[in-house]
This record gives sequence, C-alpha cells and structure tokens, in this order.
Amino acid sequence: MMPKAKLKAQKQTRAAELVQPLPEGGAWVTRARDAALARWSDMGAPLKRDEYWKYTDPRALIAEESLQADLLDTGSEAPVFDAFDRVKLVFVDGVFDAAASDALALDGVELELLADATKADLHWAREVFGTLEARAQSPVERPLASFNTAYATQGVLIRVTGTPAKPISLIYRRSAEDADAMLHHVIRVEAGAEVTLLENGPLAARSNTVIEAEIGEGATLHHIRSQGRDHARLSAAHIFVRLSAGAQLKSFTLTVNGALTRNEAQVWLDGADGSAHLAGASVGDGAFHADDTVFVAHNAPGCESRQVYKKVLRHGAVGVFQGKILVDRLAQKTDGYQISQALLLDEDAQFLAKPELEIYADDVKCSHGSTSGEIDSTQLYYLRARGIPDAEAKMLLVLAFLAEALDEIADTELAGDLRDRLEAWLQRHK
Amino acid sequence: MLKIENLHAELEDDSEVKILKGLSLTINPGEVHAIMGPNGSGKSTLSYVLSGRDGYEVTEGSATLEGADLLDMDPEERAAAGLFLAFQYPVEIPGVGNMTFLRTAVNAQRKARGEEELSAGEFLKIIRAKAKDLQIDADMLKRPVNVGFSGGEKKRNEILQMAMLEPKMCILDETDSGLDVDAMKLVSDGVNALRDAGRSFLVITHYQRLLDHIKPDVVHIMSEGRIIKTGGPELALEVEHNGYADLLAEANA
Ligand SMILES: Nc1ncnc2c1ncn2[C@@H]1O[C@H](COP(=O)(O)OP(=O)(O)O)[C@@H](O)[C@H]1O
Ligand SMILES: [Mg+2]
Repeated sequence: MMPKAKLKAQKQTRAAELVQPLPEGGAWVTRARDAALARWSDMGAPLKRDEYWKYTDPRALIAEESLQADLLDTGSEAPVFDAFDRVKLVFVDGVFDAAASDALALDGVELELLADATKADLHWAREVFGTLEARAQSPVERPLASFNTAYATQGVLIRVTGTPAKPISLIYRRSAEDADAMLHHVIRVEAGAEVTLLENGPLAARSNTVIEAEIGEGATLHHIRSQGRDHARLSAAHIFVRLSAGAQLKSFTLTVNGALTRNEAQVWLDGADGSAHLAGASVGDGAFHADDTVFVAHNAPGCESRQVYKKVLRHGAVGVFQGKILVDRLAQKTDGYQISQALLLDEDAQFLAKPELEIYADDVKCSHGSTSGEIDSTQLYYLRARGIPDAEAKMLLVLAFLAEALDEIADTELAGDLRDRLEAWLQRHK
Repeated sequence: MLKIENLHAELEDDSEVKILKGLSLTINPGEVHAIMGPNGSGKSTLSYVLSGRDGYEVTEGSATLEGADLLDMDPEERAAAGLFLAFQYPVEIPGVGNMTFLRTAVNAQRKARGEEELSAGEFLKIIRAKAKDLQIDADMLKRPVNVGFSGGEKKRNEILQMAMLEPKMCILDETDSGLDVDAMKLVSDGVNALRDAGRSFLVITHYQRLLDHIKPDVVHIMSEGRIIKTGGPELALEVEHNGYADLLAEANA
C-alpha cells in the first residue's frame, strides 16, 4: 500500500492542476468560493486509490480529455413527469434556459437563480451555500463537492415558506455532445413548510451537481430525481441535507443507464424526531456503473431513517452501494434501517456493497442488510404455472423487486410514472 | 382428459434419485381421482413434473392432456392448455399484488388461447363474486401474493385462482393440509362448485377426510413412485382404518 503522505501529495498535485480563477461574484459568494477552493486544494482530487473510491474509479469525473457522450434519441416518448403540473426550470447543457422555463414564481416559494444571487453582497443563501458541503467533508472527504462550490455558477436557490400547490421541477436537457456541467442548488424549507423538488434529464456529457438543503422544524422536503438515460454520460451528484426537529426528508433517485454515476448523500438528523428516507432504483445493461454512497447521521434522539437501494444489473453492469448509519451518543431511540439489494440478471453483472453501522448510543434499533441474487426460480415457476409467459413473469418479478424503493415516494402518481419508465426499460432490455 | 403412461422421473442434478418409477393413470372428463400414499412416495413430484417445474428429468413414459403432449410444453403453455396445480406450498411473491397477479394470469391464458382479454371492470366483477364465496376479503386481494397469508388463506387463494382460471384438469396437492374444519368446508365447496362434466380433478391427499367432502370416483394408492392399487372410494376408507402397511405389504408380496 502506498504511504498516506505520498497519496495525499498526489491528490494535491492533481487538484492544483485543475485550479482556475474563481468566478466573479459578490462578497458572500466569494467568501464561500474561496473557502471551497481552499478545501479542494487541501484535500486534493479524488484518486482511484482512495478508500472512499474503492469501488468506483473517479478519474473520468475529473479527467481533462475531451468528453463525448452521444445524445440519446428518445423518439416520441414524453419525458418523465411530463404529465404533471409543476413549475419548470430548464437547464440546457447545465445553463439556465429562461425561454424554455416557466416564470420563477410560485406561491409559498422564493425562487432565484444562483447566477443572480451571486451578484449580491449579502444573501440568505450564505448560511447554507458551501456550509453544508463543508460539513459533509467529515467523516469522509468529498473533494468533488468542494470543487463544485468553488466553480459552479448555475443553479437555483429555493426558499420555501409555505406549501406550494405544485412541485418545482428542474429539467436537464442536452444539446452538445461534449458539455461539462456543474450545478449547485440551495434549498431552505422554513419551519412547517413542505415542498416537492423534481429533477430529471441527462444534464451533460459530464456533470457535477450539489444540492444543499436545510429543512426547518416540522418541515418536509420531497426530492425525486430521475437521472437521464444517455448511455455514455458521467455524473457525480451530491445531496447534503440538514434536518431540524420533526423535519422530514424523502429523497428518491432513479438511475437508468449512464456509463458512470456516483450519487452521494449525506444527511444530518440534528433535531429530535426527524425522519429521513433515502431510496434509489437503478437499472443497467452493459456499460453501466452506478454507485450510491449514502451516510445518515443521527445526532438527536427519537429520529427515524431508512435507506432502500435496489439495483437490477445485466451484461457486465456494475452496482455499488456504500451506506452508513452513524448514531451519536445523544441519539437515543434511533430507529435506523438500511437495505441494499441487487438482482443480477446474468453472471456478468456485479454488485459491490459496503453496508455499515456505527453506533454510540445504547438504546437504538438499527438494522441493515445487503443481498445480491438472481430471479427466484420458485416464484418464476409459480407465475408460469398460472399461465404467465416467462418474459412477462420475469418482468413482474423485477418490478416487484424494485417496488420497495419506489414505495418510498410519497406521491403514488409520481411513483407510478417512474414505475412505468422502468417497465418500458425492462421491455426494451428483455 | 389426462393420460399418464409409464412415467419415470428422476432429479435432474442427481440421476441416482429416481422418484417416479413407471406411473400410469388415466382420468376421463368429469372424473375425480384421488391419489393417496405415504410421505415421500412422489405425489408432489408427479404434480411438478406434470406442471413443468425445473429440476426433474423425465426419462421414460408420457403424459398427455386431451391428447397433447404435456411434457413438451413450457409451464405457461400447459396452464393455457387447461392444466392447473393447486400447490402444496403456495409461493409468496412480495411486491406483486394478488389482484395484479390474477389479472395478468387470466389475461395471459386468454391471450394464449386467442380469446379476448378481460377489461379491468369485467375482471373485478368476476373476482369479487368468486372471492366472496371463498370468504376472501378485499384486503387479501390487495396484498402481495400469499405474503402474510395464514396456511388456510393460502389454500383458499389457490382455489380462488383455480376458480378464476377455469382449468380443465385440476391437480390439488394436499390442499387439505393445514386447514381447520371450516376452511376445509370452504375449500371443498369451492372445488365442488367447479365440478363439471368437462372438468377433471386429481386430488392428492394424505387423509380420507377431504374425500368426505370431495367425493372421488377413483382412488389410487401410490408408493415409491408407482400406483400400487386402484379402486373406488372404499379404498380411501381402508387406508383410513388400517393405514398403508397392509396395502404396501400386499403390493410387495
Ligand atoms: N428437489 C428435490 N431434491 C431432492 N429430493 C427430492 C426433490 N424432490 C423430491 N425429492 C425426493 O423425492 C421423494 C418424493 O418426494 P415428494 O414428491 O415430495 O413426495 P410426496 O409428495 O409424496 O410426499 C422424496 O424422497 C423426496 O425427498
Ligand atoms: Mg407432497
């Protein structure tokens, strides 16, 4: 093994190579960006030898060679969430497209573009922007997120004061085959408020996104993300969420196709009786590598958390899950649950899992499990013995396998839309 | 209806384990036959081989349903051809709703037979009526297939599937096991309601008591992979009173 100091030096050298002048901005954001750049330079770039990148090679996420990801032709198929009434904010190759978007207006919400907010010298977002990302650097380092804080100029700031009548929908479209995009969104859900944030689309050939979210007392954030299906796209997505007392988070991610996806989540349950549910369904066929790395920290008593991750893999597709429930000494009566499961549709597919519990309180209920297996032959026989053809029976069983993750979405109609997408994908990949 | 001739089957993974050793049986349309026999005699294996479960290798003999070679068909083709097996151990399928499962199955069979699929409304009407007869409530229909069902509920659910699929040849594998008296009556009534000149039954059971409710035309005694004796309903009573020992001794003599 390489000595730690030497690895660190290599990481810092690599990080220095990627440093550029910071974007122009007002005082609050400049301070945040300076600090983020300092973190990046100090931590260094992620390298393959990092323990934290044991199962996923981060090199392509920062490589300078030219990017190229074909644009997927989805034909006449309507995009995910198309049938739902929502406020649409469209980003093309990672840049806000005002003409394609709705007005930034919704009762109960203040919506603002990061690009506008950064012109000001003072902004409410300063309490969140870069702050949660900085906090997320422990217990593990996430330099790509610091890089994003330092350089991202696009994104939205969402301050929720009421309960808006419809979801806020971030739509990511591509027009260039080689775009490299960075988005940074900040959300603050004030006490008692509730909002649904949707994200869908392939974003760019390569993307690095950060969402920082503060959920106030008794407030709720629903986050539903459907990552675009473009085959060669590379994506590193981060979501950092802090919950106050009685707050609720429900975050779901659908990952379909994509050469490389790394979804990092860090959640802090800082107030008593909070609840955080994180779930993901991924399906991959062939050149597919999807990594969910999820940390949930229980820092207060009486909180509840669930992590439910399901992956369906075939033809060499690789699924990764690194999940941790951290229970602080103060977090008595914690109820923590974590399950990660892969359904391997052939012998080439691979699932790598590192489920962890770290518990310092004595009165807690925590369980975790990880499994990987094939379609159950007895269940398959039972369905076929009732006349359901083999392919259809397998599809039912695969959808049943994914259902536990989809069930984490509170809105059953939105969940149904995603389920239909999964079914269509399975039809195409029989 | 069902004609089995000199059927031999062994485990696919271990050809040393020979389970069916020359079994023959003919069931005419409208007849109810019972198979009784000690544990391990191969009764469930017979039902699996007929319905097309993996893991068994047929080395000799034949099985036809209305003249069509069953052994040449996939399990779903056998079902569409009219074969139904009520499982000894119904399988739990988390994540698949009972209703979705049944509708998919009914429509898959109709499609395979070139019939029109049932609309959601038609299906609902039919299943509600049949579920009521079997005292299966709406909750059981909504829940995932057999998940969290009691033993009796699972068996009633099998009979509901049979009632919905309206097969020609019904095999019931120890449908009576684990049933209390009331459930036994419900299940038997469900089966009897389906008795029809064009439909045949093969009732596998350990005990005579089911045959008090479902009156068989013919009773077979099975042992070590073969039918060792065939007779009328009185044969079942003989087993009930004397056990299998005498019959086995007689067959081996
Ligand atoms: N899949 C299997 N693996 C191993 N042994 C089996 C298998 N299936 C059946 N057998 C054996 O075959 C014999 C007959 O079993 P079974 O058909 O279940 O009998 P019955 O239903 O009459 O009790 C038993 O000895 C059983 O152990
Ligand atoms: Mg048996």
